Amino acid sequence: MPSATTVSGRRVAALYTPGDIAALDYQRDLGDPGEFPYTRGIHASGYRGKLWTMRQFAGFGTPEETNARYKQLLAAGGTGLSVAFDLPTLMGRDPDHELSLGEVGKCGVNVASLADMEVLFSGIDLGAITSSMTINSPAAMILAMYLVVAEQQGADWQTLSGTIQNDILKEFIAQKEYIYPPRPSMRLITDVFAFCAQHVPRWNTISVSGYHIREAGATAAQELAFTLRDGIEYVQYGIDAGLDVDEFAPRISFFFNAHSDFFEEIAKYRAARRIWARVMRDTFKAGNPRSWQLRFHTQTAGVTLTAQQPYNNVVRTALQALAPVLAGTQSLHTNALDEALALPTAETATLALRTQQIIAHETGVTEVVDPLGGSYFVERLTNDLEEEALAYFDTIDRMGGMVEAIERGYPQKEIAESAYLFQQAVEARERIIVGVNDFIAENEDPLHILYIDESAAGTQLARLAKVKAGRSQAAVEQALDRLKRAAAGRENTMPPLLDAVRAYATVGEMCDALRAVWGEYVEVPVI
Amino acid sequence: MDHKIRVVIAKPGLDGHDRGARVIARALRDAGMEVIYTGLRQTPEQIVAAALQEDADVIGLSILSGAHMHICPRIMALLEERGLRDVLVVVGGIIPDVDIPKLNEIGVRGIFLPGTPMQDIVEFIRKHARARVETA
Repeated sequence: MPSATTVSGRRVAALYTPGDIAALDYQRDLGDPGEFPYTRGIHASGYRGKLWTMRQFAGFGTPEETNARYKQLLAAGGTGLSVAFDLPTLMGRDPDHELSLGEVGKCGVNVASLADMEVLFSGIDLGAITSSMTINSPAAMILAMYLVVAEQQGADWQTLSGTIQNDILKEFIAQKEYIYPPRPSMRLITDVFAFCAQHVPRWNTISVSGYHIREAGATAAQELAFTLRDGIEYVQYGIDAGLDVDEFAPRISFFFNAHSDFFEEIAKYRAARRIWARVMRDTFKAGNPRSWQLRFHTQTAGVTLTAQQPYNNVVRTALQALAPVLAGTQSLHTNALDEALALPTAETATLALRTQQIIAHETGVTEVVDPLGGSYFVERLTNDLEEEALAYFDTIDRMGGMVEAIERGYPQKEIAESAYLFQQAVEARERIIVGVNDFIAENEDPLHILYIDESAAGTQLARLAKVKAGRSQAAVEQALDRLKRAAAGRENTMPPLLDAVRAYATVGEMCDALRAVWGEYVEVPVI
Repeated sequence: MDHKIRVVIAKPGLDGHDRGARVIARALRDAGMEVIYTGLRQTPEQIVAAALQEDADVIGLSILSGAHMHICPRIMALLEERGLRDVLVVVGGIIPDVDIPKLNEIGVRGIFLPGTPMQDIVEFIRKHARARVETA
């Protein structure tokens, strides 16, 4: 008998009836799509008005190689770009730093200075497309680079659109790509909120991310709770920094995981919208409906991909992708079949995009908004997930907030516990993973995978040396000094960062300037 | 009493994805081993120093970023230098097939790819960790 629990360990009944949702009030708890509390979606017309953005995360090697992949994805019908940076860039280290050895261009594209950003977007009109950039500790530096490239292309910042992930809290909780301690990290984020509210009003200044929290082992309820509680923390810090809630809240976006448990995932997205709408209207007293509307990107669960029988991953990904579509996601990334082994090849990346196109154009699921609304099961699950998330909010509030909870290691421990329980269930074969602990194939043909060689490092080191030789060192030092003074005081750090970028200061130099002022965060390792 | 196998679990390189390292650290501990988890972003020098200081029988490295062909040779050379040739070195993570023989050749004995049962790793370590002559 298959176990009667979801992938998150939630017990499920064999049948749900009207009794499960007896207390549900349509107007209060669901509302029509486009109406508060947006449980059924933020757009009245669902996908009839506009399909979700098919945004495939990509980046590897040099800016030249990644630029070519972007052009291929756009030519194949992709409708937005999504930049994956390598670990040196994500950690604010230049390619010539000793910690960058062996990491340049491996997990994403290497960007050390404006010169790299110019190549990355060469021949791509930043005024015409939207870009998502997955970067957190050095988010302000990379956003500044993007803005300067847009400026060079003649694109207007007022109409420029895209997303910078800029979500440091989930780095402390899950992905661990942090540089500075939590409080100065939050300062950098509210500086981006304030700057963009004025100068880049259509930019999504943060993508509050549950994706990485889930990948680290969280349950669906933990992903929901920690992500939304992170969102609340950012709103509070923005208000504390002197911003009006409606000035920046409409530009907050979210990013969730699409894991394997179909109905639980659908309920999770619906609960997220309802919780956020109520918190923003009732707790933060936001007056602009756009501040109430939770917009989200989704990515299928990388952690569910298996190295064994990798073609099974196409099926997993297609089923996972259907859940956020049925729940009204704004954009979607579908993983490629080979991602348990390597970064995707051009062929597998195209197949991943095709998966979305088939859902969008062949299945008919886009024609009706929130087609599962009113299902006894889905509504009950939505209520249950909301209730569990609110209980986590209470616990975190009692600790003083999410920053304080992180400093105590609370969400980190909760996630580690869930990850271990899941692994034990797999070992005990209480949970079956096809091709891994059941239905195993003995002799599998090896897959042709993308092998990132060492040449990217050479190209990047050469360009870095050329940039350093060709720029005005005095201008760089002046800009970095101004950045340090802003960081030590209260001036917004974005204007000095833009000047540093224009002077071709590197990511490592800008991050080091702030390291000198704010110090670095070191996690206490616990198991 | 049997000597407890002492394992240093380390996460070298810039990557912060520590789910695997933490899950295996706990599994080895639950299997009766003494586990020391170094935390993130450890240099080869720090890892070998930890192994020396902790009198480790085993070093377990978690590497997902593709930097293994830089990190592992350095660690093996440092172990050789410090006279720790009998410390068992195992790697878990995303390692392309073509690199497996190269890692075996420099002395990495166990390479565990995604989907490996924890029990297989426990058994491998029990079988291959250096033998000790204990004075109880």
